[in-house]
Amino acid sequence: MIAQQSEDLRRIVRELAREGKRFDGRAPDQHRPVRLEVGVLSNADGSALVAYGDTVVVAAVYGPREVHPRHLALPDRAILRVRYHMAPFSTPDERKRPEPTRREIEISKVIREALEPVVLLEQFPRTSIDVFIEVLQADGSTRVASITAASLALADAGVPMRDLVVGVSVGKIENLIIVDLNRVEDGYGDGDMPIAFMCRRGLITLLQADGQWSPDEVRQAIDMAYRAAGDIYRQMRDVLKGKYIESVRALSQ
Amino acid sequence: MSNLSITQQPEILPQLRRESIRRIVEQGQRADGRAHLEFRNIDIIVNPVKTADGSAIVKLGNTVVIAGVKTSIGVPYPDTPDEGALIVNLETPPLASPEIEPGPPDENAIEIARVVDRTIRHSGFIDFKSLCIVPGKYAYILWVDIYVLNHDGNVIDAACMAAVSALSATKLPKAIIEQDQAKLIRDEKIELKVDKSKLPLTITFIKVCNSLLVDPTLEEENVSDAKITIGVSEGKIVSIQKTTGAFDRDDIVSIISKSVELYSKLRDVVLSKISSESYSYIRI
Repeated sequence: MIAQQSEDLRRIVRELAREGKRFDGRAPDQHRPVRLEVGVLSNADGSALVAYGDTVVVAAVYGPREVHPRHLALPDRAILRVRYHMAPFSTPDERKRPEPTRREIEISKVIREALEPVVLLEQFPRTSIDVFIEVLQADGSTRVASITAASLALADAGVPMRDLVVGVSVGKIENLIIVDLNRVEDGYGDGDMPIAFMCRRGLITLLQADGQWSPDEVRQAIDMAYRAAGDIYRQMRDVLKGKYIESVRALSQ
Repeated sequence: MSNLSITQQPEILPQLRRESIRRIVEQGQRADGRAHLEFRNIDIIVNPVKTADGSAIVKLGNTVVIAGVKTSIGVPYPDTPDEGALIVNLETPPLASPEIEPGPPDENAIEIARVVDRTIRHSGFIDFKSLCIVPGKYAYILWVDIYVLNHDGNVIDAACMAAVSALSATKLPKAIIEQDQAKLIRDEKIELKVDKSKLPLTITFIKVCNSLLVDPTLEEENVSDAKITIGVSEGKIVSIQKTTGAFDRDDIVSIISKSVELYSKLRDVVLSKISSESYSYIRI
């Protein structure tokens, strides 16, 4: 019965895509509503909550601080430590076991490599900058939402950066290129391409893909993601500015 | 990882800060202006997590925890063939505090989870028999996962509040038997039966310079001489866990009666927060 239901869902999602439509009524290039909050955790040096529709992640930054164990420290720059983790209740259906999976370990690595190009690590030799991410509710695109959250939390912590990194996913269903996949589209689509941009400079710091893509589709996907990232980038800048102005106001009173 | 329990490193707190916190307590006050037997502000968001069968975010001052309930089907324990099961797990991910390193739950996290588990189990809050699907064969297992998002002391009371709030709001997926196999239908939900009059809560006391304080902040925990947690349900003590230090007999007698007094007030606060039905989403 359950197998039948998911088969029906797959058929509907794919039929809609052939008509250029999406299961939740969005246009192909329409991102879900983005909610951004900074400074949500009082212990962390910087923190952020990011929601892409029903995907909700929280990120905390600690550092620059002393490295433990010492031998991991680098003489000429800071090390970046990243942990991406999903809460057991964040997935529909079965409870996710709390210990890190191979998937979470890989995602932690690619997120670190998406952030390293922007953080001015050379300013803090022999220290560690730690980024901890918890996925509280997963509805697709969790790794790109995590990158946006990490980038905001780093900025909130006052860590100097060359640019803000913004994560956006693109995907493909029945030759239709769509932005910001939700869980259903991720599950029943033909391809998934998470991308992270240094928005001001237009550089790409995370790029993965599965499925089958023609060279032209890859170009189309990157362009669609970049436009969505620009909107999110402006929202990030506004929320950071807002918090900064608020704190200056609080100080001057 | 060894399986030894080892004396814990004391948290580093400047001597001046330590002395001033203790001096303020001796004068009958607290560093944050509270009375000795006063809880911090409590905020509860009920069912913010759509992917969970029940959930709650609890803010106790600056301590923030989130609890989510997930349901699965298991085989009942042989000694209770007509009952379901409750499994409480608590993790302190490294985002909660600068002191925490990534890794599996340490002895503190495991202790808190087990005390919360015992407190709920012995209160009669959950009717375990209602979780039975086919006696001796299939029963619901309730997984309560509690994540500390910001650690500013008294995680255990916040964790217990979050667990019971999440359980109060839990809807079980319907169980069906198909070809002798039990299955969950996740889009058909039935309410989990809980007895809110028995709402179990823990109340944690610390002893500082011969004074008893409830709901300690992290700083207060770090300067305390002793700590104890009392689980209460409807005027009955349902669990006790002394952790650090030592108490004399009169301390314990006083703590027990104070915990029962404080319980009814605390229960009313929690019940009023969890019954205020409103649109809920994840926010901190």
